[in-house]
Amino acid sequence: MNDLQTSVLYNREIAPGYYRLGLLAPGYPEQAVPGQFVMVQIQSQNDPLLRRPFGIFNVGTLPPLCSGLPERDYVELVYKVVGRGTRLMSALQEGDAVRLLGPLGQGFDCNTTAGPPLLVGGGIGVVPLFMLACNLVKQTQPVRLLMGGRRCDDVLAVTEFERLGVETYVATDDGSLGEQGLVTQVLERKLKKYPTARVYACGPMPMLKAVHDICVRHEVALQVSLEALMACGIGACLGCVVPGRRHRSDQPDYRCTCKQGPVFDARDLSWEVDHD
Amino acid sequence: MTELVSRPSLAVELAGMHLRNPVMPASGTFGYGQEFTPYLDLEGIGALVTKGVSLHPKAGNPTPRIAETSAGMLNAIGLQNVGIEAFVRDKVPFLERINTPVVVNFFGNTLDEYEQVAARLSDVSVVRAVELNISCPNVKQGGIVFGTDPVAAAQVVERVRRQLKIPLIVKLTPNVTDIRVMARAVEEAGADVISCINTLTGMAVDLKRKRLHLANGTGGLSGPAIKPVALRLVYQVVRSVSIPVIGIGGIMTAEDALEFLLVGARAVQVGTANLVRPGIMAEIVAGIETYCQHQGIADINDWIGSLNEE
Repeated sequence: MNDLQTSVLYNREIAPGYYRLGLLAPGYPEQAVPGQFVMVQIQSQNDPLLRRPFGIFNVGTLPPLCSGLPERDYVELVYKVVGRGTRLMSALQEGDAVRLLGPLGQGFDCNTTAGPPLLVGGGIGVVPLFMLACNLVKQTQPVRLLMGGRRCDDVLAVTEFERLGVETYVATDDGSLGEQGLVTQVLERKLKKYPTARVYACGPMPMLKAVHDICVRHEVALQVSLEALMACGIGACLGCVVPGRRHRSDQPDYRCTCKQGPVFDARDLSWEVDHD
Repeated sequence: MTELVSRPSLAVELAGMHLRNPVMPASGTFGYGQEFTPYLDLEGIGALVTKGVSLHPKAGNPTPRIAETSAGMLNAIGLQNVGIEAFVRDKVPFLERINTPVVVNFFGNTLDEYEQVAARLSDVSVVRAVELNISCPNVKQGGIVFGTDPVAAAQVVERVRRQLKIPLIVKLTPNVTDIRVMARAVEEAGADVISCINTLTGMAVDLKRKRLHLANGTGGLSGPAIKPVALRLVYQVVRSVSIPVIGIGGIMTAEDALEFLLVGARAVQVGTANLVRPGIMAEIVAGIETYCQHQGIADINDWIGSLNEE
């Protein structure tokens, strides 16, 4: 964990409104684990004031620019332009300065040996699943990705998963890519076929809730990666809390998404609360 | 020409406490300190101020609890905390290992609760001073109820003061008609130090969902957006009491901190900036030192309150 002053390697639009951002990030390939995130500050002025959290898509090392220079560690983020901060971010160009705090939080537990892995991603929620897939394909085969989105533009990076050897199944609300419908329908079918699977999911809260209900019904293990509004990313502001399993208003059991998450064992969270 | 000073003294005294420099975190933006150890040397700041603690654990408000605003943020955390006993059991052992004065912020729902927490904290040896929160805008009971009425504020300060063997800092809210009235009331009642300001009550609207953004409805505005308001209020408080004042409000840089010191604050608290840059207090301390070196200020106490007013 550190707070680096670093620079942009590339910032490419990969689908309408979705960008892939590469940042120089010394140490990340050794430190970062799948499911962790970073806090990015794109300028030193006071507006926008807060950093933005982004899930790590991938880490790696580039060859030196020329012989004699060191290799260049990098981190890759994939983000969707949703507001002012990400809109400003989309204008970043190679060489621009950014501050990078991370890698932060608890990642996926991928050391479990039980059952074939099923990855479930919804829209931009696919981001942390890519690095997870990179790890899992080294341990076990096959790895399966069930990917959902509103329309084809919201289904990202599928070819890259396929290149890793991941079996991918796509569902879109409008049927513009893959089958028409929700990714949770695909999950139901796959769990009937692979009843000992373990599930890793990231996506919007209603999707995660549905995935949770299905996994409870099928009695399979589930790890979820949550998104939250965050100010600090390090467990200080308590802005990003989610209710834990034992939460009661007089006996608080709030967990910080940034510190105890963003990846949680689904059994540790309270799913009764109305998430929106 | 100004004379260069190689090692300016940044040390200040605050109600008998010796601080190595005048920079400390604002309660609620620094957890219990431990969260910042990867980014900041806790022995490089003047004091360590912990998240507000109450007699019983407190769940805090539902989410969303934060919203970004122009050059600022709103928060309505709702004083979520582990409660005094868990604080003493789980957080104090870490604080005991840090060679920096520890200030514990606390609050209550009733006068009795304020008294009980104060009495308990007074017995914890690592606690060098307490900061009485009568200014949180985000909880219905306690907090702000005491902080907006001079009679109620004086009453809680008096009662708490009697329980304490250590200095009492009273943190004031800006959400009053005349902060000087509040400042004089708490000084009279026995406060050793005043810290101000807490956040300004604000609101954010979510156009898309046609709802208030924060689950609590209102929240406390902090960050650089509030600095001019904070400077004005600190200036006024400094001139209406004779006890030392800690200036708080939107400090992001050494220059910001120097402005508060110049208008007369004995020390400053850095709040929202910690959330954006966890190592920022070290940069602010270093910046103050550099400024003193270049301006020929041998002792920061010569700078404090040296505003030219003709």
